[in-house]
Amino acid sequence: MRKTLNLFILLLVAPPAFLFAQDDLLKELEESTPKDTAYAFQTFKSTRLVNGQTIETKSKGTLEFIFAHRFGAINDGSYELFGLDQAHVRIGLEYGITDRLGIGVGRSSFDKIVDGFLRYKVFKQKKGASNFPFTMTTFGSVSYKSSPKDGIEDIDRLAYTGQLLIARKFSPRISLQVMPTLVHRNAVDKLTENNNQLALGMGGRIKVSKSIALTSEYYYRINSNPNTLNHNALGLGIDIETGGHVFQLVMTNTRGTLERAFITETTGEFFDGGIHFGFNVTRTFQVRKK
Amino acid sequence: MKKILLVYFFAISVAGFSQKLVLDQSSVSFYSHAAIEDIAAENKSVTALFNIKSFEVAFSIPITKFQFAKSLMQEHFNEKYMESDKYPKSTFQGKIEGYDHLKSELQYVKAVGKLTIHGVTNHVQLPGTIEKQEGRFRIRSKFTVILKDYNIDIPKLFFQNIAEQVEVTADFIFKPQ
Repeated sequence: MRKTLNLFILLLVAPPAFLFAQDDLLKELEESTPKDTAYAFQTFKSTRLVNGQTIETKSKGTLEFIFAHRFGAINDGSYELFGLDQAHVRIGLEYGITDRLGIGVGRSSFDKIVDGFLRYKVFKQKKGASNFPFTMTTFGSVSYKSSPKDGIEDIDRLAYTGQLLIARKFSPRISLQVMPTLVHRNAVDKLTENNNQLALGMGGRIKVSKSIALTSEYYYRINSNPNTLNHNALGLGIDIETGGHVFQLVMTNTRGTLERAFITETTGEFFDGGIHFGFNVTRTFQVRKK
Repeated sequence: MKKILLVYFFAISVAGFSQKLVLDQSSVSFYSHAAIEDIAAENKSVTALFNIKSFEVAFSIPITKFQFAKSLMQEHFNEKYMESDKYPKSTFQGKIEGYDHLKSELQYVKAVGKLTIHGVTNHVQLPGTIEKQEGRFRIRSKFTVILKDYNIDIPKLFFQNIAEQVEVTADFIFKPQ
């Protein structure tokens, strides 16, 4: 008897409960939809943080033209118009073979270096249905120093860089990156330098508006030769994004825009006025369909 | 006893569900005319429900799934305009008005309800059509979204002259569950 009563009550109560559930169609829709995975996008505005690389790869079928410019040091004095008389330029191209794999080439006027590189995005930061806390890109490059013209064997002109770039976009405004790096130069002056230079880079960006971000980057040389005459590379910058262009205005103690140059051959002392003003300009073209 | 109960609940749930139609095919696209280049994107990852008894309709659009011809444009759209990190979805919830059950040909109707874009909800009336096709309902709508109404800013540094409104086209085909 009691059972039947219970059932009776249940039958009375149940249908209205079902009707209520239908009231909020949107809620029902959200609940019936499987959870999405959201990948972090635009952790950085550019493939360069200041001098060095970021985890960003070019999307499939896009070509980036990069023009990087570094003036001489501010403490060169008025004779050199505080560095403006000298200028070092790197002109480069980078192409996205896939959304994760990129290939690039460049030519720097500083030491007349030709470089080629590959980068591959191994992990992507994501949240939602599946989670991963950071994005990791591997970067490898070869460079050939063609200056001076004579007197050096080809093999001694080469240097290699291997890098892990690990970044997390903490919020739409703040992204941080660490970059353990190994630079191998085939020929060095063993009294003051090492063939293998390990370095740990750290950097990040803070967006101050939708189109402007402040950036910084520091490469600490871990095993630097005790007699080294060079310094750790420090760079500060402002990213300005205008449609297909990104302008990066930088202040740094190095003339180099390549890992071999700014990690192992930085001559300026930042806090002693050895600062080079410079800029990177990138332009992105969609050359093939996505 | 248990069997009766099961049958009873099954009957109720079938009755409840059968009023609701789910998406068979969908496409939401938008178009905006701009000085340098027109901006267009399409989204095929929309989800929607349609109740044929109450004529309520709801849809949800994952913003990052809009596909642009240019990757960079897609990134800017998510990062600068829609702020997809913060507002991953746009939704609509409302009721279709002006539909005559007795007619089977294409009818002009309007959907009245709440449209949420970029975290801002506005009451809107979306003009559209309904067409019954062998148990399926095709609902189409074309409407204009004024960016300012949804607090979508156009960064001043953008050289492209971007239009302050976009034309949205939605095309849904619903089928019984």
